[in-house]
Amino acid sequence: MALHHKSPYKGALGWLDERLPIFFAIDKVIGSKHPTPKNLNYFWNFGSLAGLCLVIQILTGLFLAMHYTAHVNSAFNSVEHIMRDVNFGWLIRYMHAVGASMFFIVVYIHIFRGLYYGSYKSPREVLWALGVIILLLMMATAFMGYVLPWGQMSFWGATVITNLFSALPLVGEPIVNWLWGGFSVDNPTLNRFFALHFLMPFVIVGVVILHILALNAFGSNNPKGIDVKGPQDVIPFHPYYSIKDMFGIGVFLLVFAGFLFFAPNYLGHPDNYIEANPLVTPSHIVPEWYFLPFYAILRAITFQIPLYLIGIPLMLVGIIAWKPALLGKCQTCVAPLQKLGTTVISSAIMLGALLTLVGLAGVAIDSKLGGVLAMFGAIAVLFAIPWLDTSPVRSTNYRPLYRWFFWIFAVNSVILGYAGSQPADWGVLIDFPDGINLHNIPDITITLLATIYYFAHFLIVLPVVGKIEKPLPLPESISSPVLKGASHA
Amino acid sequence: MRKLLLSILFAFGLTVAAHAAGDQKHPKHVDWEFDGIFGTVNEQAAQRGLQIYREVCANCHGLSRVPFRELTKIGFSENEIKVMAAEYTFRDGPNDDGEMFDRPGLPTDKFPSPFPNEKAARAANNGAYPPDLSLMTKARPNGANYVYSLMTGYDEELPEDSHIQIMPGSYYNPYFPGGVIGMPPQLQPDLVTYQDGTEATKEQLAYDIVNFLQWAAEPEMETRKEMGIRVVLFLLIFTGLFFVAMKRVWASVKK
Repeated sequence: MALHHKSPYKGALGWLDERLPIFFAIDKVIGSKHPTPKNLNYFWNFGSLAGLCLVIQILTGLFLAMHYTAHVNSAFNSVEHIMRDVNFGWLIRYMHAVGASMFFIVVYIHIFRGLYYGSYKSPREVLWALGVIILLLMMATAFMGYVLPWGQMSFWGATVITNLFSALPLVGEPIVNWLWGGFSVDNPTLNRFFALHFLMPFVIVGVVILHILALNAFGSNNPKGIDVKGPQDVIPFHPYYSIKDMFGIGVFLLVFAGFLFFAPNYLGHPDNYIEANPLVTPSHIVPEWYFLPFYAILRAITFQIPLYLIGIPLMLVGIIAWKPALLGKCQTCVAPLQKLGTTVISSAIMLGALLTLVGLAGVAIDSKLGGVLAMFGAIAVLFAIPWLDTSPVRSTNYRPLYRWFFWIFAVNSVILGYAGSQPADWGVLIDFPDGINLHNIPDITITLLATIYYFAHFLIVLPVVGKIEKPLPLPESISSPVLKGASHA
Repeated sequence: MRKLLLSILFAFGLTVAAHAAGDQKHPKHVDWEFDGIFGTVNEQAAQRGLQIYREVCANCHGLSRVPFRELTKIGFSENEIKVMAAEYTFRDGPNDDGEMFDRPGLPTDKFPSPFPNEKAARAANNGAYPPDLSLMTKARPNGANYVYSLMTGYDEELPEDSHIQIMPGSYYNPYFPGGVIGMPPQLQPDLVTYQDGTEATKEQLAYDIVNFLQWAAEPEMETRKEMGIRVVLFLLIFTGLFFVAMKRVWASVKK
């Protein structure tokens, strides 16, 4: 008779929980029955903050949608109507606009937390991949949301970004027309962006639920990056981390309120207070700050890329990864997965060889497609890092060599962000005269170098440093005192 | 609040606006009463600015998002607003006979635009388009200082080594993107006769017009900042309480 769920609660709550075990499930996932490592630091606050941001965006967005009109003739006016006539409309709209920036700040810190403490490593690869999917969905949602006020940056941002798809060979133009619902960014585009902008947050909610379920499979990582060894290492999520999250929420809301009430347009662009005009191009089209690093990567490719430049590194990576993939041992590896990995790697080598041959025959990727591939590749590479990182040690605190590279990567990301905010011809270091332009050598710009380094960090630094680095001794367990010699960790 | 730690994280992305236009002089800096956390609307200056708008700017520039009724927020009484609105004529209709008719303005009307459409505005202004001013201080980088600098910037001489060509019907103004503007210089001493006796110097006129336009662009500003102060005070207590509660809950956990 123990087949049905026996609720731990009494009375009416127990009656309901036995028939609908949602309370038990919540308690298990984010409540008093969820064991959590006891040494989490404040960087672990940003998961719940991201969840709060999502809720704020959905609620404010719902009320905005009640007053907004998705039509090219009235969208801009309806936003000003919200700002001026709707009761507290300015508050709702500023919460939504500033909230989007806050959401990205929180999520970027959350991601860097994962990168620093190795939260993406086995056995949390799927948890990490779901997070990258959330990031992608957030980017799509934010982009379409920015189009809705139908200001100058809305219109021209939409034009630039949708036009990227025209870089795809053969199918590019039809795809762009299909996205637009016509032959330029116009009313059908605005309408579908509104519909999709309303839908996507709920897709994000779905993936967030999966993200939390995946988190529950192995529990949170922790600053020491070692596995939980027993009950002495954990404390229940509630009340310890629920109360800590409340404190974090307070600090976060203070920052949020600072922008919201005293500098609501600080993170936006003044051009978006000019109504969209398809006949007047702004002197400098820039996306919102949170897209700037990716915008820089998009614009870094100003030259043709011969295919062998992709093929040769692909072959090399495949060959280097070949042996460990076949013979490597790890506790959590599953035989079929290992076989799959071998298949992937051998395919990569063959694809690399093919690309090299075709490239040597003179085939190249043009600069526009190159930029688009680089930009999407910058996100796509995140999916692969659980397998690119060869170090068995999760926490960067115990990785003396990698620690340097981590901070170089962080600085590099900031440089990319700055590069994205500048005019396209910014940061030229070496401008080759046409005379020695043998192989279409591009201008060497800071943007290009930072882009190359971005990929090198994942494709070269992560695999190589993990191999050559001698990590510091790890503590016995979370609750045991820190080992001698690692006291600075 | 701008100096918060987080600013560092994305400050790199915010120099965008300043670089947007190449040949543009950095605006003068004026200390505005509406700046800062405790900034308020200078109602007297905004009222004087409205007078300038109605007597001068309105000949070419619209203010189409501002209804007369909102003027209570810069200190006008409802009666004054009714009288002011009634000075304008609005085309309305159709009536029961299907006819369009003219009627005096009501407080719920918005300021009428001087031209029926952009083409008409350009035709009357030598091809230049005088933009609507409702959002002007928000629609330009460093908007308030920009408008002030632009209004007072006509006196500056074109440098002799400049490559800028000034055609008839356009004017040199180093604060305008590109340095050449279609709007003729407007400000001159005693351009308007202020009812409150303030001396109408060029600087005073520019100061007043900016105070009015800033209010027109952000009529919610005072409410917003007042609410912000209350919210921040509440959040400080909220956060403090949870900090103490967190410390007490965590006191029993061994490191």
